[in-house]
Amino acid sequence: MAHHTHAADHGAAHGAHHDQPWFIKYFWSTDHKMIAFQYLWTGMLMGLVGAFTAYVFRMQLAFPGQPVPGWGVVSPGEYNSLITTHGSIMVFWVAMPVLIAAFGNFLIPLMCGVDDMVFPRLNRLSYQIFLLSAIIIVATLFVDGGAFGGAWTAYPPLSADARFSLTPAGSTMWVIAVALEFVAFLMGGINFIVTAMNSRAPGMKALDVPIVVWTIVIASLLFMASVGPLFAGAVMLLFDQTLGTGFYNPGKGGDPILWQHLFWFFGHPEVYVVLLPAMGIVAEIMAVFARKKLFGYKTILYTIIATAVLSFFVWAHHQFIAGIDPRMANVFTVTTLLISIPIAEMCFLYIATLYGGSIRLATPMLWALSFIATFLLGGVTGIFLGASGADVYFHDTYFVVAHFHYTFFPIAIIGTFAGFTFWFPKMFGRMLDERLGKIHFWGTIIPFNFIFIPLFFTGAAGDHRRIYNYMNFPDQATPELQALRITATVALLVMLAFQAVFFFNIFKTFRSGKKAEKNPWDSNTLEWTADSPPPHGNWAELPTVSRGPYEYGVPGRAKDYWPQNEKA
Amino acid sequence: MSAKPIATTRSAMDIPTGRLAVWWLLVSEIVIFGGLLVAYILNRQAHSAEWSAQAAVTDWRIGAFNTFVLLTSSLSAVMAHQAAEKGDGKKAARLLYLTCLGGLVFLIVKSFEWTTEISHGYTIMSHTFWSYYYTLAGLHAFHVIAGMLVMLWVAGTASRNQELHRVENVGIYWHFVDIVWIFLFPLLYIAK
Repeated sequence: MAHHTHAADHGAAHGAHHDQPWFIKYFWSTDHKMIAFQYLWTGMLMGLVGAFTAYVFRMQLAFPGQPVPGWGVVSPGEYNSLITTHGSIMVFWVAMPVLIAAFGNFLIPLMCGVDDMVFPRLNRLSYQIFLLSAIIIVATLFVDGGAFGGAWTAYPPLSADARFSLTPAGSTMWVIAVALEFVAFLMGGINFIVTAMNSRAPGMKALDVPIVVWTIVIASLLFMASVGPLFAGAVMLLFDQTLGTGFYNPGKGGDPILWQHLFWFFGHPEVYVVLLPAMGIVAEIMAVFARKKLFGYKTILYTIIATAVLSFFVWAHHQFIAGIDPRMANVFTVTTLLISIPIAEMCFLYIATLYGGSIRLATPMLWALSFIATFLLGGVTGIFLGASGADVYFHDTYFVVAHFHYTFFPIAIIGTFAGFTFWFPKMFGRMLDERLGKIHFWGTIIPFNFIFIPLFFTGAAGDHRRIYNYMNFPDQATPELQALRITATVALLVMLAFQAVFFFNIFKTFRSGKKAEKNPWDSNTLEWTADSPPPHGNWAELPTVSRGPYEYGVPGRAKDYWPQNEKA
Repeated sequence: MSAKPIATTRSAMDIPTGRLAVWWLLVSEIVIFGGLLVAYILNRQAHSAEWSAQAAVTDWRIGAFNTFVLLTSSLSAVMAHQAAEKGDGKKAARLLYLTCLGGLVFLIVKSFEWTTEISHGYTIMSHTFWSYYYTLAGLHAFHVIAGMLVMLWVAGTASRNQELHRVENVGIYWHFVDIVWIFLFPLLYIAK
């Protein structure tokens, strides 16, 4: 077989790989695993920046006007910059790179049983463009006028005219950074889709592909099909800012609502772009730690596809109060409520997977279970906002903020920790400390609920979002509401403090952690047949596939798992 | 130079990897132009009389000439593909250079056209119609330039009889650039 000789070549190349200077090895590598780590660490570092901004503006809300340790007194303009930067970074520079790019890059070739991505150099370029965009968005914090202050949704006229946002350099840099980030993920997406389509191991049929690969591929498709109009919209916004065109300026014959449509035509599918990979990660973990076949593989796949398709028809629920035709609002209410069906279905299937399993509550499983529990709350509160009548009241209040944090936090943070703790032994060849992992889990999940449950109440009590100081509003300046705001801020401080446990755990594991075997969790999927960590080229001889990924607890077999590559 | 990974050589879907990637690239391009075109059409419908007065300025004869040039350049791209299929890389390269020449004529005509229009005061700032006009045609011209650069590179390797499958892939991309123009020509020049 030609494969065989190739693999031998790679074995030889592997030895040479170690002699590379560190810059080439860590910054110029085309190895999919190294690129995955670049995305992972960059995303986590950006997560710290995003967390810091949240810390500063939450302190301002709880203790208005008082100097914030590490920042100083927050001015109104800075407050706007901070909330904008927080939202933009968390969605575009944390959720996207970690969930799609890091896990996609690491898992797709390993789970499909191949040595790399189909276009390794395009992959490297994708990360470099992403890094450039990350540098630009962080740099905006330090330019004249500060970071863009028109909120992460960048509605005109705030975003289009520096006289309103007061951040002339920041807003233009924001648009450029976001556009570059899109380019990076389009490149990455093409790589993911083509690799999963074309480079699967011999014998791996479409329905033998692990769910997480499906979710990352479908998320990439979703991204690809929805981001184009916003990319065009971003160019138009750039022209409005820099040349003085009037695409979004009604005074010049343009239309500011056009941006809202372009933004949310992408923005709502984007929620599912990051949700689906997290759902996929949870699916893998559920099956492995329940020691049971994933319940309804095909149904899960169909619900993923249904979610992806429906997500293109819900965007206008963000414009219920922007003056759209009420008849149109009815249509979008129906589609929005419809999309909860496949998502709920998926959650039920995961719960059904647990039924009758022999559940191991290791750290990754705790994260996976908490994902379902918290995301459920996020989904249920979304019903209020999707119904156009209720949304008239709830729109732009803290109820919305709490709602989408109950969706995005499970996705971007819980999903990441779930995947990270699960695949850490494969990525770095050592076992994380379980006890520290559990302390970190409880220290994150409990404060998280104490941050956002109070915000549902302040929102229902009329707290508008993006307000600098509630003390200026007599109706909102009550001690009861302020107590809720302080609760949220204190809980945030506690949660941030517990992240130290996580980083300490990584540090300790790298220094003295137990070496991981090839397959520490007794899993079926192909990545666990490679060494931990896999060498350049992944396998000396590439695997072939004989069965689906979830054959756990098959009756009549001595072992309770049945790896995909094992011959029958 | 590192050797190609095995991933690049596999073909589980029976479609060559490069071609598959070009098709997905086009999907992402379609929605970029699609979004912009839909915005243009809806905006134009909302201000039809006012926009028509502006659109009357564009010269359909120049647009028609450029349409002819661009569509003809696709013919040589097809012939280059044919030559590549037969393994004649040198001929394929020559035909690709010819296609590039078509793109160059297109761009030269366009730059004269724009210079005239701008010197008559129809700039990207003067009216929303012109904002869309320059953005749409500019984005398209940007794709023409990108296509030409890639084509020159592909022609370079093809003339050494290497990577001949790329001739087809760049051809697919070039046809897409044509098709976008087929939408732009009536919307920007014929509709008055």
